[in-house]
Amino acid sequence: MLLEVEGLCVNYGHIEAIRDISFSVPEGTVTTLIGANGAGKTTTLKTISGLRKIRAGSIRFEGKDINEVPPYERVKLGIGQSPEGRRCFIGMTVRENLEMGAFTRNDRKSAAYREDMERVLTLFPRLAERIDQVSGTMSGGEQQMLAIGRALMARPRLLLLDEPSMGLAPKLIQQIFTIITEINEQGTTVLLVEQNAAQALKRSHDAHILETGEIVRSGTGAELAVDPAVKAAYLGGDV
Amino acid sequence: MKNKLTALPKPVKVLLWVLLALFAYALPLLEPPIISTPGVDFGGVLFTVSIYCLVALGLNIVVGYAGLLDLGYVGFYAIGAYTVAILTSFHASWPLLLAIPVGVVAAMVSGVILGAPTLRVRGDYLAIVTLGFGEIIRLVAVNTEWLGDTRGIKNIAKPPGVGGEEGLFQIPHLFWGDGTVLLDTDDKTKFLFFGVLDQIPYYWMGLTAVIIVLIADILIKNSRVGRAWEATREDEDAAELMGVPTFKFKLLAFATGAFVGGLAGGLYASRQGFINPQSFLLLFSILYLASVVVGGQGNRWGVLVGATLVAYLPQRFREFDDFRVLVFGLALVVLAAVRPQGLLPPRRTVRAKKLEHDLEELEEGTGEEEAAHA
Repeated sequence: MLLEVEGLCVNYGHIEAIRDISFSVPEGTVTTLIGANGAGKTTTLKTISGLRKIRAGSIRFEGKDINEVPPYERVKLGIGQSPEGRRCFIGMTVRENLEMGAFTRNDRKSAAYREDMERVLTLFPRLAERIDQVSGTMSGGEQQMLAIGRALMARPRLLLLDEPSMGLAPKLIQQIFTIITEINEQGTTVLLVEQNAAQALKRSHDAHILETGEIVRSGTGAELAVDPAVKAAYLGGDV
Repeated sequence: MKNKLTALPKPVKVLLWVLLALFAYALPLLEPPIISTPGVDFGGVLFTVSIYCLVALGLNIVVGYAGLLDLGYVGFYAIGAYTVAILTSFHASWPLLLAIPVGVVAAMVSGVILGAPTLRVRGDYLAIVTLGFGEIIRLVAVNTEWLGDTRGIKNIAKPPGVGGEEGLFQIPHLFWGDGTVLLDTDDKTKFLFFGVLDQIPYYWMGLTAVIIVLIADILIKNSRVGRAWEATREDEDAAELMGVPTFKFKLLAFATGAFVGGLAGGLYASRQGFINPQSFLLLFSILYLASVVVGGQGNRWGVLVGATLVAYLPQRFREFDDFRVLVFGLALVVLAAVRPQGLLPPRRTVRAKKLEHDLEELEEGTGEEEAAHA
């Protein structure tokens, strides 16, 4: 297992955002957390990347407990995140953003670094076109691509994606999901958080349904996609 | 115009910079009629300008680069000044060249001590805590007899000269008569002699410090550290996700800023010969911040322009003494209304403004379209 979350509880003050959830992400897969607004998806991701403190439970990455590891160290371990709402550095150009993504790396002049830059720009040709544009002037979809590309520049073993489809046009959503599959096929494990259940389930190996801070159902993406209860709640099917 | 300047070949650019620096060094000797300050010693005014430039460069690292609002910057300046004063005067009688590094380190350590607990709070709280810090330092000085309480400390060491009373060599000033310019051989500045009357050697010392700090500033800003500051300022959480230990970098910005502030304080104390708590009022923290904001926080050249204006204009127009503060306040209000980003804002602010403008235009555009449809 690349990532194991066990008995995780997270609080915002007195409010329990996450109550005792456990799941794991096997190496090489796309695993998805699905849930409505406020179900605790983003909190889960933030806790995995270290931005939120754990109240109880544990997070293990490659078998090692990382509860006490600060977020900037987790990047070095191999956990990369594209945060909710993209959060590009809007005053920096596309290139500067991508360079920021490689902040922990000391191999700026190496072939490996150039290769990674090349890989990101191949995955997202739009970024190549706009390499010297200030990222704040780009569209939401382009910023989303940049946020994912930026996370990839750290060469993560596990890529956390927080609602990459949020606020994007349907055609663009398709494109983003295709790219996510491509990233996974190139060898990066992906933990995806989504409200767009139809697309996400189709593309993921494992999936978990999160409701008000608890996991209520787990299975493979294909299983959950045909599950009547899931269909009713998240896929707009009949009750 | 800017593009034309950057397009120049490198040797030409270097030559231009050297000429500009030479001009800055020669300024008090030239005493050009309009720029010179009637009624106040021009060399002394230029020294004050150089100290303001130094302070503004330091504060710009904290406020402009790292985005931390520091309202008590005068505290670091005071710590530098008092450390130098204590070490070189009656308490220890150290030579100045030994005391200044100690003063600078003392300021830096105080920056770390202040920053370690407070940099975890964000925004407004940091401003309040630093505001308190600046006042505490001053009040400690006022109430400690060992620090000379309100009377302050006298007999602070001057910089060591070279060549004794005559200086290394002597440079005549220019004298501007009616339509003629003469070399005034009676009025000479002794190079590297730090006396009481002639302030020009102190100005040269201050200017040299400004140039050194400026070069260090350029090197730091273009390094990984500069990038980390920029990312932290823009979005702290996102910066953490990129692997930037934001707290450490904020602390580093604080310490670097305090370093420069302490240096400025030490040089000031040595020129002055005596210091007392009156030189470290809250007003100065505000003036320093005004220098940074007026010039354009985040742009070192803008900040230098801002500091020069804030230090120079009140001296130049001394005859309107009673109205100085009023006019200064008015100028700040006008500037805030007309050019809130500062006189010379950094590239990123220009970009952000342009972005805002584009978005507004876009919105107006769609509005018209809708109107056309209706």
